[in-house]
Amino acid sequence: MRWTHWVNFPILGIMIWSGLLIYWANDVYTITIFGHTFVRFFPQWFYDTLHIPQRLSEGMAFHFLFMWFFALNGLCYVLYTLITGDWRQLWPNRYSLKEAWQVLLHDLRIRKTAPPQGKYNAAQRIAYSAIILMGAGSVFTGLAIYKPVQFYWLVWLMGGYHLARIWHFMLTIGYVLFFMVHVVQVVFAGWNNFRSAVAGFEVIDEQSKAVLNEKEKH
Amino acid sequence: MKKKSIKKPLTTEQKIRRREFLSFGIFGALGVAAYSGWKWLYHAPEEAAGITAGTRQPLRRALNKTELFFRRLTFNESHLAKTYPVSMAAKTVRHNSDIGSEGDIDTAVWKLEVKKLNGQKLFIGFDEIKALPKTDLVFDFKCVEGWDQIQHWGGVTFAEFVKHFGLQTEAKLGYVGLMTPDKGYYVGIDMPSALHPQTILAYEMNGQPLAAQHGKPLRLIIPVKYGIKNLKRIGSINFSDRRPPDYWAEQGYDYYSGL
Repeated sequence: MRWTHWVNFPILGIMIWSGLLIYWANDVYTITIFGHTFVRFFPQWFYDTLHIPQRLSEGMAFHFLFMWFFALNGLCYVLYTLITGDWRQLWPNRYSLKEAWQVLLHDLRIRKTAPPQGKYNAAQRIAYSAIILMGAGSVFTGLAIYKPVQFYWLVWLMGGYHLARIWHFMLTIGYVLFFMVHVVQVVFAGWNNFRSAVAGFEVIDEQSKAVLNEKEKH
Repeated sequence: MKKKSIKKPLTTEQKIRRREFLSFGIFGALGVAAYSGWKWLYHAPEEAAGITAGTRQPLRRALNKTELFFRRLTFNESHLAKTYPVSMAAKTVRHNSDIGSEGDIDTAVWKLEVKKLNGQKLFIGFDEIKALPKTDLVFDFKCVEGWDQIQHWGGVTFAEFVKHFGLQTEAKLGYVGLMTPDKGYYVGIDMPSALHPQTILAYEMNGQPLAAQHGKPLRLIIPVKYGIKNLKRIGSINFSDRRPPDYWAEQGYDYYSGL
């Protein structure tokens, strides 16, 4: 589980970067409300800083190689959690929505106590399950844009070629936003938590005696 | 006398430190390995220029393998591109490039040259092609850049063309190559895509003869490919078991470019 997480990190980075190289060739998306454009994806300085322009074919070549790793890695994660039954720690249950709200209030320092939790708290359950669904969404919207004639039924499911491309783009924006919140949360959670994400164990101080708690051997 | 080293059981503190050291060591080493792998790929030499060119060697290999995967597993000639009512077709059809088809051409003088396997050449006039059964197609034309447009084209299907001019033996080969009269633009199409029922040699757009900038007098319309394969102003057609030259595959694009 830790492995797929860390493998995903660079792959997703490459997918987003190569996706930008492709998107540049037809960069039509904006957030426009009542005729006023609030955000334009993307401003010229953004492209120039990242050396995006005029690299469509290069972007496609990278995108169509790393899509395999992205999909396979995601599949590994899903299969692993299904086979081990770990999905039960992750998938939201019927209390998750209410508890997630309490977690949010707690994290924003509005509420003093956080609800009891297992490996993941309710907000994490929702967020981390959502990110897996988003990953699957990226694969399927991607397939729909990639082979729209062969996967005509996927295109239909996405609401057409245009919408499929927009979903694909929005999911990517979603990853970037997720990443920002995620990193802030990791910083707040502290060293012990980060170590567990890398090494797979956590140190719990019990009656002033450190005990090795093998939370996760895998 | 040798000093006897007495092994004491490790304290919990030490255990933690050891595992931490080991884990982060592996983590760091894998990180460095991943980074050098990326460096290697990013700076990988370009492929030797041939039928395809302009892409890093390993990426070209990946593109070709991916082509095989999708050709074998997903391509099916019964999968048709979605069609639309004529009323939805764009009145102003987008025009991206004139490579190989600059200026005007006289339809009466123009001949389509077809190279047969026995060395014989056919020179087919415009009227001979117009006399064949006409197929109208309103579909969503897709450009590799990411834009698309619903367009209305009319012409003869390539499959019908093959049948009428007795090119059945030629059509058993793997590829068909098309070229503009000035040889400035050329594409290679795998035969299953060429024989797809929606692949047409078009001479009409929106019910009118093709304008010079849209491929006058005859162009390829192939909905199972990106626009880059939809060659304008066909001058010659040949058949081969090897990939024919392809303008954009020489500029780093995927040879297959199938949809």
